[in-house]
Amino acid sequence: MATPHASSPNGGSNGGLRINFSGIEKRYGMRMALRGVSLEIGAGECVALVGHNGSGKTTLLKITALLARPSRGQLTFFSGSTALSAAAVKHRIGMVAHHTLVYDELTAAENLVFFAKLFDLPDPVARARQSLEPVGLARRADDLVRTFSRGMRQRLAIARALLASPQLLLFDEPAAGLDPEGQQWLGATLASLHAAGCTIVMSTHGRNETQASVTRAIRLEGGEVTHDSGANGDPYGVLAMAAVRETAEGDAR
Amino acid sequence: MSLVRSTTTILAKELRTEFRSRELLGTTVVFVLIVIVLFSFTFNPTSSESRHFGPGLLWLAFLFAGSLMLQPSFLREQTNDTLAALRLAPIDPFSILAGKMAANFLFLLLVELILLPVFAVLYNIAILPVLAPLVLILALGTIGLATTGTVFSAVAAQARLRELLLPLLLLPVLAPVLIASTEATAGILRDPSELSLVWLTFLTSFDVVFLTAAWLFGEYLLEE
Repeated sequence: MATPHASSPNGGSNGGLRINFSGIEKRYGMRMALRGVSLEIGAGECVALVGHNGSGKTTLLKITALLARPSRGQLTFFSGSTALSAAAVKHRIGMVAHHTLVYDELTAAENLVFFAKLFDLPDPVARARQSLEPVGLARRADDLVRTFSRGMRQRLAIARALLASPQLLLFDEPAAGLDPEGQQWLGATLASLHAAGCTIVMSTHGRNETQASVTRAIRLEGGEVTHDSGANGDPYGVLAMAAVRETAEGDAR
Repeated sequence: MSLVRSTTTILAKELRTEFRSRELLGTTVVFVLIVIVLFSFTFNPTSSESRHFGPGLLWLAFLFAGSLMLQPSFLREQTNDTLAALRLAPIDPFSILAGKMAANFLFLLLVELILLPVFAVLYNIAILPVLAPLVLILALGTIGLATTGTVFSAVAAQARLRELLLPLLLLPVLAPVLIASTEATAGILRDPSELSLVWLTFLTSFDVVFLTAAWLFGEYLLEE
């Protein structure tokens, strides 16, 4: 399997987005999922969000993807020094979520053609076929997704996220369901996208290949940022601490 | 991307997935046929009785069809959280609703057109002389069914008791459409046949109001 690169149809485009979170709160009924998160994520950063289940990582990713509105606070995206509207941002975001976000009843190619049309990409059929090459699914392009293994579905999910050459990539535990070879491929893909200047924000658990490109780690606890390695700090200290805590909690259970 | 293009793209996807599996259409057609046949055995209706009871039974069968067909409209999107994928796309959120409404309208209309000849034979009703006004009433009533059903399917899909919630929400809201459609159908099946402009205007107004509301609040309906 090859890795998507900046100039390929499904590689991240040059120049990532800068994101400013200002006092972001999110409330689901009585439960506070996020409590006053204020962050500045620079263009081209590769940020790992770590923390327990329920610490607010997925909620923060959903708000960043404009899938959920913050209950309070402001989220602003910049391309260079220009603030972008929500409509402009949507063209530039790709997301890999917990679920695959693809239709089991469609083939791999049909899924990508459908999303390419929704993103108004030129020549959606060719684009879809090209996008299946780097994820190693070209030979299964005309097979229904319901016949795919978990790993293949995850690779298709990544192809869908990269389809419109996004400037901001959001990954919610991208290594979930991938075998070691798949994780290695994903790690290389992330490295390639990061090298192309794409801003990457991902939630992650434990140590895996996807963390090799991480330039910054942020730990969330109870919806609050408790540790942030910063743009120029060492992310591996925060990642190691999160891994140790997870292991200790796993042992305690 | 324009509203029309994104709507037709979503409509095409809905048609492709349904006609590939034919799960929903097949089940619904069989179910409503059984309902209509059972009703005909119960009443053993004469032609004049059929003109009296028939329209109500017919729209009751359509309501059952709607309840069956509309529920999975948004539930299907939950399997792989594909609704999130649609919401990530740079399209007008109303086009997601509009594409599904159009698909549900076509599916329901197809079921109705399959059911209609069976109804005509079993209930001794000549529908050919009144086919044009009947199709008009079916279209207006079905737009009402599909529009409200799709909107409430989107609401119910995010609730915990979603399977129970849709019929509970839908039946009171659909009562005016069912009454108007039944009355309009009874009017054209009467001897002499009469197309009631009052009920047609009522149906058209209902459709316009619900479509406008869906357009205005579509974004909020699809949010978590």
